[in-house]
Amino acid sequence: MKNPINGLNKVFDNRVRLGVMSVLMVNEEVNFNDLKQMLEVTDGNLATHLVNLEDNGYIRVHKGFIGRKTNTTYAITKSGEKAFSDHIAALENMIKGVK
Amino acid sequence: MSRQNQLETMQEISDIKRIMERSSRFISLSGLSGIAAGLCALAGAYFANNILNDYFSEYNHGTGYTDRNFDSLKIKLLVLAGVVLAAALVLSFIFTWRRAKQNHLPIWDLTARKLMWNILIPLLSGGLFILAMLQYSEWRFVAPACLIFYGLALVNGSKYTLTDIRYLGYLEIVLGLVNTQFTGYGLYFWAVGFGVLHIIYGVLMWWKYERAVVNVR
Repeated sequence: MKNPINGLNKVFDNRVRLGVMSVLMVNEEVNFNDLKQMLEVTDGNLATHLVNLEDNGYIRVHKGFIGRKTNTTYAITKSGEKAFSDHIAALENMIKGVK
Repeated sequence: MSRQNQLETMQEISDIKRIMERSSRFISLSGLSGIAAGLCALAGAYFANNILNDYFSEYNHGTGYTDRNFDSLKIKLLVLAGVVLAAALVLSFIFTWRRAKQNHLPIWDLTARKLMWNILIPLLSGGLFILAMLQYSEWRFVAPACLIFYGLALVNGSKYTLTDIRYLGYLEIVLGLVNTQFTGYGLYFWAVGFGVLHIIYGVLMWWKYERAVVNVR
């Protein structure tokens, strides 16, 4: 029997990281505050997970300015898109496998 | 895989779907907002009709649409249009704000901004275009242009809110195009498009999405 854990991505077993990826799958570019509001997490918590996703090459960070205020936006990368789709496919297979 | 694991996995998938949905569409738009806007439009059409009747009872065939009466007619109608627009916006905002609060969703977030921006582009273009027509006393296509640009705005915005609003947009566009062939009846088309259609749409949306919530309470 195949191991059902196959194909699941370790990076996405955290709720915040999974949430960030879900938001970025359907939105081209999202800034820090919008992500925070959408996922209802604290600054520090979100920042940590964003760094992790960036280190994995799943998201791209763009530091910009609106007037003098910094406006950091995040977008999903090609490899992030692929990794997330694979993860969802693996989840769906797990459910099907049991039926 | 254990039953417990399976439930967790399903939960995870539904979380992903929920976040995707919630981060890409503004779902707090209330049907009651549509009804309120429709009622404002009907009231506005009624007053506009009275103003027009007054004007035509004193209409002078010699001077046509150029005398001072015509200038005052234009101003009266513009002020009325402004009041109707403001009332419709305020009332529809209240009902949508109330619904967002009931669902514990933010009223002004990424999705609201996207929706607003995508509606405003066709709407502001249309508004300026209509003002330019009035500048040259070209009044015949004001009502059709209102309907067409508003319809385009709704179709454009439907990508960022309840998709049902797209059909309201289609109807407004068709109504506006038909109106171009019956230019003397602009006010009636306007009343149907902004009054009747809004009310029907609002009732349908309320019935489809909000009735259940009220019953549960």
